[in-house]
Amino acid sequence: MLKFLLSRIAQAVPVLLVVVTATFFIVHAAPGGPFSADKAVPPEVIEALEAQYKLDQPVWRQYISYLGDILSGDFGPSFKYPGRSVNELIMAGIPITAELAFYAMLVALGIGILSGVGAAMRPNTLQDYAPMTLAMIGICMPSFLLGPLLVLVFGIELEMVPVSGWGDIPGDKILPSITLGTGYAAYIARLSRGGMLEILSQDFIRTARAKGLSESTVIIKHALKGGLIPVIAFLGPAFAGLLAGSFVVETIFQIPGIGRFYVQAAFNRDYTLILGMTIFLSTLIIIFNLISDLISIWLNPKLRDEISNG
Amino acid sequence: MHEGNIQSSETEPVSSSLWRDAWIKLSKNRLAIFGLFILLTLILVSLLTPIIAPYGYEEQNLALGATAPSSTHLLGTDIFGRDMLTRIMYGGRVSLMVGFVATSVALVIGITWGAIAGFFGGRLDAIMMRIVDALYALPFMIFIILLMVVFGRNIYLLFLAIGAVEWLTMARIVRSQVMSIRNQEFIEAAYSIGLSRWLIIKKHIIPNTIGPVIVYTTLTIPSVMLLEAFLSFLGLGIQPPQSSWGLLINYGVETMEEYPWLLIFPGIALSLTLFALNFLGDGLRDALDPRASKD
Repeated sequence: MLKFLLSRIAQAVPVLLVVVTATFFIVHAAPGGPFSADKAVPPEVIEALEAQYKLDQPVWRQYISYLGDILSGDFGPSFKYPGRSVNELIMAGIPITAELAFYAMLVALGIGILSGVGAAMRPNTLQDYAPMTLAMIGICMPSFLLGPLLVLVFGIELEMVPVSGWGDIPGDKILPSITLGTGYAAYIARLSRGGMLEILSQDFIRTARAKGLSESTVIIKHALKGGLIPVIAFLGPAFAGLLAGSFVVETIFQIPGIGRFYVQAAFNRDYTLILGMTIFLSTLIIIFNLISDLISIWLNPKLRDEISNG
Repeated sequence: MHEGNIQSSETEPVSSSLWRDAWIKLSKNRLAIFGLFILLTLILVSLLTPIIAPYGYEEQNLALGATAPSSTHLLGTDIFGRDMLTRIMYGGRVSLMVGFVATSVALVIGITWGAIAGFFGGRLDAIMMRIVDALYALPFMIFIILLMVVFGRNIYLLFLAIGAVEWLTMARIVRSQVMSIRNQEFIEAAYSIGLSRWLIIKKHIIPNTIGPVIVYTTLTIPSVMLLEAFLSFLGLGIQPPQSSWGLLINYGVETMEEYPWLLIFPGIALSLTLFALNFLGDGLRDALDPRASKD
């Protein structure tokens, strides 16, 4: 197991290096310098700025020094927010985005598992078709459409919940969390239905039922652990998706999280901020994929044996 | 039926009963047929848009402004007095085109990569699939945004960037399909009569992978269209004066309090299309690829 863990970490390192290198050179291949948008800046000012951001050195030297910087956890200064470092901006945004992603995940897991397991208990009945059709709608309804529609109905027409902000007014966290979570609830419902159906058809479940255990004990004690493996394997990719989804949801609801910073950085052409955030988010995603892989292996005895035997 | 003819024209390389069975199975799936109907209608409307659109694409009527749906403007007008039905039709052309072109890019890369890896096997396969695994770990959404920012928001770059992301799964599917085919006897027979490797790949291996490829293609198109809409919504995809459903939704959100129809109609167009394509893809999977279990 330890060997497997180490080999997976060893695989992640070159991927990260590719991310850093590709991002760095893409950003440096940008037509026009980062300061070219600013009108009528005296050349000596540009020179001073370029010296400050090390842009006067050859690209490969910039690359080496950037690698050194990020290894020590320093993403450098922001181009467009003078006096603020990329680290500061990431640290300001990350708690908010993490909280949003956490609530969205609660929404997704709660609704998804309940309806998926419920559907698998009575396949091909209304209890199956109704949530699965809803799940299809949830998958096809993009967050950038669902969010505004929720705002329109519950925020503007019914005036039940606030329509923007994060933690300013009570209840303003409800709509963003639902908007971000719904699509994943739909996927999780489909995955848990599939996983549960497979488990429920196996012999040990028949045995459990034959000993006279109640259906709820069979489901909770015996079937859930195996039936939810596909859901756990999905959590890593889902996390990546939540981060991307936070770009949209934070823009719609004006939440000062990391997703909104990223989109703004993209519009401002704030190259150091984009570079730093891309590397930071990629690292996070790779780590989460690794964790969800490890958990699903740990839960699945077949895979676990394969790995410890060879 | 017309669609039946399209299907049967592709039957030659594979046994025709497989396609007929698949078609019978598909035609019993009402949701999938509904999806196929919507898709064909959309393609037809997109092709005919310049002829059948009720108004011109750039036609403004500032005096009119935003009006609710009426008999002269079936889906209303936007704040510049432009007809929404016309805007949605033209936007749909772009959205569908992105869907088809970017998926084709993904198809070409994915099939070639997967076929080579699966056919030659061994070390080459190990290296090629390791590259695919590594690429899977990359956060592509972020990379596409980065590319669009750095190199300008250009529609061709968008095709390429999205296509370059979506080929990975296709490569995996094709590879496993090719691996299972290349060990069969008829391939050995083809070698024995002296066919070149390239001809064997082209004439025997690729045609036999078509089932899963069609299924996955149908499912890739909606995810590509969603990606385009997502980027356009953020203002990082399609740029005005061109339009797409994502961009129309973006505009609709800005004025949804006063003019909700500007959000709702493009939203319906996009959701309905994604819905139709997903149902068609699910139906095709059940019909063509019985081994792939439906989750």
